[in-house]
Amino acid sequence: MAESAVDTPLLRRTPLDEAHEQAGAKLVPFAGWRMPLQYEGIIAEHTAVRTSAGLFDVSHMGQLRVQGADAIAALQRVLSNDLARIPDVGQAQYSMLLNDAGGIEDDLIAYRIEADELLLVVNASNREHDAALLDGIAEDVSDGWAMLALQGPAALDVLAELTAVDVRGERPFHFVTAPVAHSVVIVATTGYTGERGCELLVPADGAVGLWNLLADDVRVTPCGLGSRDTLRLEACYPLHGNDIGPDRDPIGAGLAFAASRDVPGGGPAHEALRAIRDAGPRQKLVPVSVTGRGIPRAGTTVLVGDAAIGTVTSGTMSPVLRQGIALAWVDAEHAATGTELSLDIRGTRVDATVAQRPFVRGSLG
Amino acid sequence: MADASYPAELRYHEAHDWARIEGDVATFGVTWHAQDALGDIVYYAGPEVGQTIKAGDGYGELESVKAVSDIIAPLGGEVLEVNQSVVDSPEAVNDDPYGAWLVKVKLTDPAEADGLLDADAYQALI
Repeated sequence: MAESAVDTPLLRRTPLDEAHEQAGAKLVPFAGWRMPLQYEGIIAEHTAVRTSAGLFDVSHMGQLRVQGADAIAALQRVLSNDLARIPDVGQAQYSMLLNDAGGIEDDLIAYRIEADELLLVVNASNREHDAALLDGIAEDVSDGWAMLALQGPAALDVLAELTAVDVRGERPFHFVTAPVAHSVVIVATTGYTGERGCELLVPADGAVGLWNLLADDVRVTPCGLGSRDTLRLEACYPLHGNDIGPDRDPIGAGLAFAASRDVPGGGPAHEALRAIRDAGPRQKLVPVSVTGRGIPRAGTTVLVGDAAIGTVTSGTMSPVLRQGIALAWVDAEHAATGTELSLDIRGTRVDATVAQRPFVRGSLG
Repeated sequence: MADASYPAELRYHEAHDWARIEGDVATFGVTWHAQDALGDIVYYAGPEVGQTIKAGDGYGELESVKAVSDIIAPLGGEVLEVNQSVVDSPEAVNDDPYGAWLVKVKLTDPAEADGLLDADAYQALI
């Protein structure tokens, strides 16, 4: 139970740092940032998002701006998803930044903010890496932005009632730009919890006003990174750096929906993905539920009989199911739903099965 | 969750464990500080009844949503009982860390307790 050096001046602080401290958050270092792990408790926050609404500070996420037809064409050569699928301002898409072998350098959401301009929201831990990979193509504009996520079955009702922004009729992965709490905010029907809700990109100086406006509603519970992780795991969303990375491909990861088969203006990455599709991935990322007692963690070995056939990359106790759940990379021949597995949890064999995605179906359906 | 407290009638180990000593039998648990640092506790794996545990060694595991932690025996002895109600409802450790004992032990050497901390000394440490 080592105390973490959370007061180090080397950690970046979001515009909401003071608000978190006042709210009694447990602050921890994460990807170079001082971030709230939890306020009241992970399970209470998790439950709030599944039953009402939770508000997250995700200002650590990075924002990269890509402007002009040439830059967008250069970007497409290394993005898994086809940008032609989001031709109109107000559309967004999940995508992955790929290397020449088809490996996932990062996953991101691309927002079409102008006809010839995209905003990419990337993982905090990869911000500098992505900016370097996209040198000359993208500009790192992260310092100007804060970002909140309002998630849960009541989230869009709360937003509509407290602001003039009603996105209840929008399909997922769309956004509007609107004035909210004295700032011009991008309100997108995206998230990382499996629930209906939105993510709000707000200029850094408007973050506190927006947070206070939303957090004051009785239906809204402030939530930290702890519940963000348990929620995304129940929803089977992979976390880059844990479940996916430069040596893992979108096909094996079950992210083929975001890896277009024919991308006009594609590059070597898309060639590599075609080869992986044709040959079939060697390993697949699958949801695993524990049928016995025990909680799988990253690094837990997955076995069939006595043969090691894979490794857990994320695991937790599901607050909704009250059982151990995990994402694991397993050899493709053992990836079918219902396959009986065992897990070596610190020396103890625990029964498990390949589950169906998602573990928990939220209000998003 | 209960408010922070460190009952004076208990003895404490620096690894954030307490012992309630009654003659040559003791119950062990983890302190308020330990459960607060762990967060929501969701799993308790205890030792076997009859197993001998040694002071300063791990005798079980508590898991929160986020992390696994070894539980350190403040004193040595033979396990008489594992608290099944905590196995079934591990969140009891958050709700009542001093009521939710983890094991009952027949002490090998009750004099080992002289090496433990009292509540004031433990609180000075945390």
